[in-house]
Amino acid sequence: MATAIAHALNQGLRAAMEQDDKVMLIGEDIGRLGGVFRVTEGLQKDFGDQRVVDSPLGEAGIVGSAIGLAMAGYRPVCEIQFDGFVFPAMNQIITQLAKYHHRSEGRVRLPVVIRIPVGGGIGAIEHHSESPEAYFAHTAGLRVVSPSSAQEAFDQIQLAIRSDDPVVFLEPKHNYWLKGEVDAAAEALPISTAKIVRPGDDLTLVAYGALVPTALKVAAAAEEDGRSIEVVDLRSLSPIDDATICASVERTGRLVVAHEASQTAGLGSEIVARVQDQVFYALEAPCIRVTGYDTPYPPSRLEGDWLPGLDRILDAIDRSFTY
Amino acid sequence: MTAPGKDDLFTLLTPSGELSDAADTADTDLPGMYRDMVMSRRIDTEAIALQRQGELGLWPSLLGQEAAQVGAGRALRRQDVAFPTYREHGVAWCRGVDPVSLLGLFRGTTLGGWDPSDNNFNLYTLVIGAQTLHAIGYAMGIVRDGDVGTGDPDRDRAVLVFLGDGALSEGETNEAFVWAAAQSLPVVFFCQNNQWAISAPYSVQSRIPVAQRAEGFGFRGVRVDGNDVVASHAATVEALESARAGNGPTLIEAFTYRRNPHTTSDDDGRYRERSVNDDWETLDPIARLKTYLDASGTVGDAFFETVATDETELSERLRAGCRALPDPAPDSSFLHTYVDLPADLERQMNHHLEYVAAGEDA
Repeated sequence: MATAIAHALNQGLRAAMEQDDKVMLIGEDIGRLGGVFRVTEGLQKDFGDQRVVDSPLGEAGIVGSAIGLAMAGYRPVCEIQFDGFVFPAMNQIITQLAKYHHRSEGRVRLPVVIRIPVGGGIGAIEHHSESPEAYFAHTAGLRVVSPSSAQEAFDQIQLAIRSDDPVVFLEPKHNYWLKGEVDAAAEALPISTAKIVRPGDDLTLVAYGALVPTALKVAAAAEEDGRSIEVVDLRSLSPIDDATICASVERTGRLVVAHEASQTAGLGSEIVARVQDQVFYALEAPCIRVTGYDTPYPPSRLEGDWLPGLDRILDAIDRSFTY
Repeated sequence: MTAPGKDDLFTLLTPSGELSDAADTADTDLPGMYRDMVMSRRIDTEAIALQRQGELGLWPSLLGQEAAQVGAGRALRRQDVAFPTYREHGVAWCRGVDPVSLLGLFRGTTLGGWDPSDNNFNLYTLVIGAQTLHAIGYAMGIVRDGDVGTGDPDRDRAVLVFLGDGALSEGETNEAFVWAAAQSLPVVFFCQNNQWAISAPYSVQSRIPVAQRAEGFGFRGVRVDGNDVVASHAATVEALESARAGNGPTLIEAFTYRRNPHTTSDDDGRYRERSVNDDWETLDPIARLKTYLDASGTVGDAFFETVATDETELSERLRAGCRALPDPAPDSSFLHTYVDLPADLERQMNHHLEYVAAGEDA
């Protein structure tokens, strides 16, 4: 039966809580309401309000208390309600959560997961459509992952909870209701491995989160023009599995990276830098980034053209083949 | 200046060394407190000297705050957990942390220095107020473990989190107060109001006493003479006992004074009158307990001679221990960033190690 990403996350959280009674959830409106996106629906009813905690409003408090809970032996999963609301928690994430294992010389592990709905395309008001992944990927000590499908959502949330490193878990909110098959018995890829979701020979297209389904549509459209596109789902935004990407580009000779986040110092810049550094002589064309622009996220009536969609990515592929 | 003992401060040992009848001396090891304060001050004095000799990059002095720290530190039970700032050398001493390990952070050999689980004493926190929320989470864990309100003195636990007057203005501290009150958590906030946040006097932070703030959040605040080790201890014992019993948080304001500059890099002559430092020297916490011990005949000369010998030994151990602290290995940062070294970071590490090795060969 096809399952929506939001439901797959719910099932993954439930499975993790059933397997380990130290797993607990903490966030705003996640208990009685089930979260504004209903990802935690029913979990407080089944696991109680001590394990599914409706927190006071205060994102620093959510992450800061999760750090303390982890020190006390728990595996807290935080929910930040929207991408634009994570910033009050940044001090706790960057100066405390990310650094504690390092500064304790490996003595203290903080298995904290921070779930954040990210990205645009839902007609939202300001601060509800952002893509803050680069801030986290730039911070040593954090793992950053983003699922692209129901199966990945089900697998990755459980991998994130089992990780002894802190994990920032970016949920593509635009695709919460996108359905796909979930095989609960399937063996999951390791948390930090990229995945070739469509093999191809002529160009490597790297995407993550909400843009992976778009990238697959791009590849299908390009096939009609006789171009064979290999689509890589990055899965892990930090650390980056550049070995998988570079091996792909060695075969195809061309690279396009797409993400919703702004261009400058974004994940695309890092991927392009690594590819030119490691497989320079394999390249047939410059590496191209297709991204949001270096502006604040626009009013929603403009977001359709602002976001990198099918047409802009196909244009970038055309440009690559002009070389 | 508001002089301790002259207003609403809870005091048991007066500045002139008189012990109140209200003090529970049967349960209070006054000679032990004296020794802990003397040893804490010796750690501080030696560390400042080591900084002056270039052995430490920086040192935040606790001079004048020994009574607050030792009073609070000695109130902890083995199973309680402390979250310090970066100035809690006296609490660390009371918890049994090797004082040599306090020096590594300031010598640059480590960013931590000890295993928090050894003594239930967490790592120093440099970002003001950040640790208050860790204390909240830990207290939530205690509640979920069922280690509160059982009546078993070996099981019930609480969290003691330290903060300064400057931290009261941080949003995170105020969030911690909200969470502690709403969930009635087993946590005691121990605020050493030393009246100065680097150059900012307390009047920059607030118009009301520290302890009064707790009321607005919905829990108890108490105001003690922070230069009185007996009162600081009694107030913390009571607050921790209340927390362990499941009666929720307390904010303790230990009113004291930072007699040295903020750190060895600071110059307090630029922002305050040094004569005030001298005024507070007359309220010295160690001198006042010694006055009492001398006058009461609680201990004899032999005790003070033993403490003096212990001090000398500690000094020698700190000096030798500091110089012997090993530099971290060049791969250590890479190895400790994540639990398992990621492939791309391993590549950076190998590149770095080759670079370092080439430099050693050159």
